[in-house]
Amino acid sequence: MNGFFDIPSDLQHSWAGLIGVHLREALLPVAAGLLLALPLALLCNRFRWLYPPVLGVTTVLYAVPSLAFFVVLIDWTGQTELTVMIPLALYSLVVLVPAIADGVRSVPDETLSAATAMGFGPVRRYLQVQLPIAAPAIVAGLRVATASSISLVSVGALIGNQGALGNLMAAAQKYDRPELAANAVLTTAVLAVLCDAALVALRRALTPWMPRSGRERTAAPREELLTKGAAR
Amino acid sequence: MTSTAKSSRSRTRHHGAAAVALAAAAALLTGCSSGDTSDNPLDGDKAEAGTVVVGSNNFAESTLLADIYGEALRAKGLKVSYKHNIGSRETTYGLMKNGSVTVLPEYNGSLLAYLDEKAEQTSADAVNEAVKAKLDKQLTLLESSPAEDKDSVALNAATAKKYGLTAESTLADLKEAAPELVIGGSPEFQTRQQGLKGLEAVYGLTFKSFKALDAGGPLTQAALAQNEVQAADVFTTDPTILKEKFVVLKDPENLFGYANVTPLVRKDGLPQEGVEALNAVSAKLDTKTLLDLDAQVQLEKKDPLDVAKAWLKSAGLV
Amino acid sequence: MNVLNFVQAFFSDSAHWHGYDGIPSRFLEHVRYTLLALAVAAAIGLPVGLLTGHTGRGGNAIAVVANAARALPSFGLLVLSVLLIGFGLLPVMIPLVVLAVPPILVTTYEAVRTVDPAPVDAARGMGMPESGVLFRVEVPVALPLILSGLRSAAVQIVSTATIAAYVSLGGLGRYVIDGLYQRNYEKVVGGATLVAVLALITLALFRAVERFAVSPGVRRR
Repeated sequence: MNGFFDIPSDLQHSWAGLIGVHLREALLPVAAGLLLALPLALLCNRFRWLYPPVLGVTTVLYAVPSLAFFVVLIDWTGQTELTVMIPLALYSLVVLVPAIADGVRSVPDETLSAATAMGFGPVRRYLQVQLPIAAPAIVAGLRVATASSISLVSVGALIGNQGALGNLMAAAQKYDRPELAANAVLTTAVLAVLCDAALVALRRALTPWMPRSGRERTAAPREELLTKGAAR
Repeated sequence: MTSTAKSSRSRTRHHGAAAVALAAAAALLTGCSSGDTSDNPLDGDKAEAGTVVVGSNNFAESTLLADIYGEALRAKGLKVSYKHNIGSRETTYGLMKNGSVTVLPEYNGSLLAYLDEKAEQTSADAVNEAVKAKLDKQLTLLESSPAEDKDSVALNAATAKKYGLTAESTLADLKEAAPELVIGGSPEFQTRQQGLKGLEAVYGLTFKSFKALDAGGPLTQAALAQNEVQAADVFTTDPTILKEKFVVLKDPENLFGYANVTPLVRKDGLPQEGVEALNAVSAKLDTKTLLDLDAQVQLEKKDPLDVAKAWLKSAGLV
Repeated sequence: MNVLNFVQAFFSDSAHWHGYDGIPSRFLEHVRYTLLALAVAAAIGLPVGLLTGHTGRGGNAIAVVANAARALPSFGLLVLSVLLIGFGLLPVMIPLVVLAVPPILVTTYEAVRTVDPAPVDAARGMGMPESGVLFRVEVPVALPLILSGLRSAAVQIVSTATIAAYVSLGGLGRYVIDGLYQRNYEKVVGGATLVAVLALITLALFRAVERFAVSPGVRRR
């Protein structure tokens, strides 16, 4: 029992099972973060004075290390997946709020005027005009949030087997089996790459007017986002 | 963004795409989440009625013992689920109290030292009685097994040689050397009575510094073997003691007391046949057996569940 | 049972203020890990980013490398390098450097590459050597963005260095891990506060450096 795919029984999941749990623990928080960030960004754009304090609060939350966040939450939510997912959702805000707010704000005034002239109310205009035009920026934010979320789930292993593939890393340490750590690192990396590719595909589907050909400028917009929100 | 000036028709089309994509993503996520969320915190994290939850601490032997208990219970037709690698006793005891875990492999004297730092440990039976008196009302200990796995302070061979200490030496003999030594152990060893606190109070040992490692696991074994630390808290059933020629110091004051493997259970969570099954396990489990099973897991890298099942079968318990 | 009470209790306990496990020494350890990892990551990311950004070549390769590095989980890399290498600083530096190189590399590349070509061409036309073009025209203009990449990397290192404590190293993560296993919330919350404060100090320091180092003409943009 010391092969690359011999997952110790105490993890109570097969390799594929761990992947499923990992995706759930990493992606649900990003989805929740998106749902939270959409109205927050709308408010920030409507009331400009709100933007700096919202960014400040998310930045401070982001500065709290994930493990400490998990441990403090245990008192309320127990040693569960939820304890891992709440901080990840909050972390995603630091990227998503500025991504959406700035993306939406970059919509030209004449486009907005055109929508208003067509009889769009503010909510409908936000949902049907501003958000779609901001889609590339939003997806860029989602890519950063997803990559970081997939990596951070692993730390959940330290609060009692709540880290999906991270549990495999902890098991590698506990049973002194480096091949398990290699498996977990590689699998996590592949998941991150695949999710990223899926988001790029999503962006293409959402923005059919943008040129399809040519190489995707993968890195640039994401990095700008990370640094803009003063993220870690 | 000149492209935005395109006809409104193309805009509508792409909203459709967005809506479909969102719906698909939502379906995917909820589909995923409806999988095995048995530990939904909104259920209060309580064990499901009729299911025995066997927990374990964050070291290999605890996992192995939990597997032995769980499989023995399963053989009696009980519904068993596992909650492995929870953490240290400081955490698992809380989960036993609040009902998230029904059965946990424990070490009687170590548990007593956790519940009552001042308790004298004169005999295994007295320890069990003392533990039961101190335990939360909903918890109790079952029969202890003869198998014992204590905490102990071990030196690596080089350090023992340097200070002229042997397997016949006691912790008291370490007093001179201690201020020059770094001692390693689990993070909780730093604050436990059966740890730095007791070593200082009982034997007057003050070490140069403490290095937090893991609970007698590979990190501790490697740190001691590579002289990252010169002394460490190792479990007496640790198969690397022999392999690496660590020198375990005697404990005449009985600081580390008794450490017989004993099931800690919730009174309301385990039916009579379960109690009998675990007592039958305790009757058969001795130190030599435990050493052998530990070696299979830690040295031969066998899966603890397989080792547990094989032993239960050979001992005629299933 | 308020989080702030724990913070207050942690910082008012005098035992937490001296010795090898005291706040000053753990804080310094954390700063040391951060500076070392940042220096190594900058030594890799800055020259490569400057060179590729200046020549405008290798952008795709950089994107691939950066994305691959970003996909690697820090916690897993830490466990793996400790299992393979053993004790010491090196196994902790590996995940931290892998974490910090992508933001530095990619922002530096983008920053230099997107400098307005007009002044660059003007400098060339005046007969400035290529090194002069890079360091006296492109870098000053690109500096705000380059610094933001370094800042992002530094804050990520500060936060992630916490997990070094899992494999027996020091730093502020010690309090978080020890507190977890000792069930001592005071330590967990105190450690978390210190890490967050260090992260915010890092942000503030970079703000100050930006004020000081970026030429007023560039800053106005």
